[in-house]
Amino acid sequence: MSDLLTSRQMASFVARGFLAFEAIVPETLNQRFLADVGDVDPAEISSIADHYAKVMSRSTIPVVAAGTPLQNAYPSDSALGELIKVPQIAGAIASLVGEGCVFDHHFLHITFPPHFSKSMGQKPVSQHTHQDSTIDPRKAFDIQLLYFPHKVVREMGGTRYLPGSHLRRVSEAAIGRYQNIRGQQHVVCEAGTVIVFHHGMWHGGGVNQSDALRYMFKIRLAPAIAQHRLWDTSDLPNDHAQQRPIFWLDPNAERDPIHATLTQPEPWFEYDTGRLEYLNRIRMWRYLLGDASFDADYWLTRVENEFA
Amino acid sequence: MTQRQQVLVLYLKSSALDSETLAWAEYDGSGQTRHMAGDKDEPPYRTGVHALMDGWRLLQISPLTAHPNGAEFDLSYLKYEFLFEKLV
Repeated sequence: MSDLLTSRQMASFVARGFLAFEAIVPETLNQRFLADVGDVDPAEISSIADHYAKVMSRSTIPVVAAGTPLQNAYPSDSALGELIKVPQIAGAIASLVGEGCVFDHHFLHITFPPHFSKSMGQKPVSQHTHQDSTIDPRKAFDIQLLYFPHKVVREMGGTRYLPGSHLRRVSEAAIGRYQNIRGQQHVVCEAGTVIVFHHGMWHGGGVNQSDALRYMFKIRLAPAIAQHRLWDTSDLPNDHAQQRPIFWLDPNAERDPIHATLTQPEPWFEYDTGRLEYLNRIRMWRYLLGDASFDADYWLTRVENEFA
Repeated sequence: MTQRQQVLVLYLKSSALDSETLAWAEYDGSGQTRHMAGDKDEPPYRTGVHALMDGWRLLQISPLTAHPNGAEFDLSYLKYEFLFEKLV
C-alpha cells in the first residue's frame, strides 16, 4: 500500500523542490538500518578512511548497478527494502517518478566530529554548495531520498539546502562561491525523517560540531515513464485550468491554492528572475498535468501570444 | 607591515547597488576570521551601499548582458554580483 501525494504536495514540490516527511520511518527500522551499516561509538574509530572501509566491507547495503529497476534493487526483507515500502515513502516515489522507477545510485554520507579532521591537521569545514551530477536540461526529473536514521540536532551540521533552487541549471560545484543564501535551510529533524529532493536542489553538508557521527543515506531514482498525473489528482479543482483576475483583485475571493503555490517567491529571488522562476514552475506543472495550456496568473500565456 | 586583503562578495536583488543582499561570501586573507558555507543565515550588510559605508571598496560589478535568443527564460547563476575588498 502506498499513500500517493496530493496535488497540493505536488505543487509544493514543483515550487520548492522538496517534500519533508518527519519521523516517518519506524524507530525499529532506523535501529536496524544503523546496525546493518555497522554504526559504532566514535571512540572505536581510528580514522575516517578506516571507518568508511569497514562500513563498505561489512554493511549489508547492497552494491547495485545503475539502471536497475527499484523493485529489484533491495532484498524485500532488508532494512532498505522495508524503507521504500513505508507507505508515505512508497507514495512519494510512485507520485514523483512512478512505481516502475529506476535506481541510479545510493550512498551513505557520514559526517564526523571535529577531532577527526583536526587529527589530520585540517580544520573542520562545511561542504561547498553544489547541485548533484552535472548540467541537466531535461524536462523530466529525478528524485533523491535523503534518509536520516537518527535524530539530527543543529550542532551535527545537517544537510543545508536552498528551497526553490532546483530549476536553475548550473554546473555542479560552480556555485561553490555562494557561501550563504537567504532562505537556506539546515536539516534539524527527528530520527526516521526522509526528505525528497528534486535532483536540481542546491545543497551541501554542514560541519558536524557534535561528538557523534551523523549519517544520511541518499538514494537517487529516475522515472521510466513520462511523469504525467502519477499522484492522487482527486483534489484538483474542476476549474483548475481557468485564468483568473490578476493584480486588481476581489479582496474576498480565495485564490486557487495550487496557483498561489506556484507563484510564491523565495527569500533569495531577484526582482526580475523571480518572475522567470514562476514561468519555469508553470512549465513543470504543465508537464506533470500533461496539459500544455495550463497557466497561473497569465505568466506564460502573455509571452506565448504570438502570431505567424 | 604587510597588508592583507579581505574579500566580500554580495549578490543583490537587482543591478542597483542599493538593493537588498540575497547571498554573500567572505574571505579573509589576514586569517583573523574564517568563513565557510552555511555559517550565517543573515547577510553581513543589508545592501551594497551599507558595505561601502563600512569601508569596503567596490572592485567589480557583474555586467548586464542580453538574453540569448531561445534561452530567455533559462536560469542558472545569481545575476547581480558585487565584489568588494578591504586592506587590513
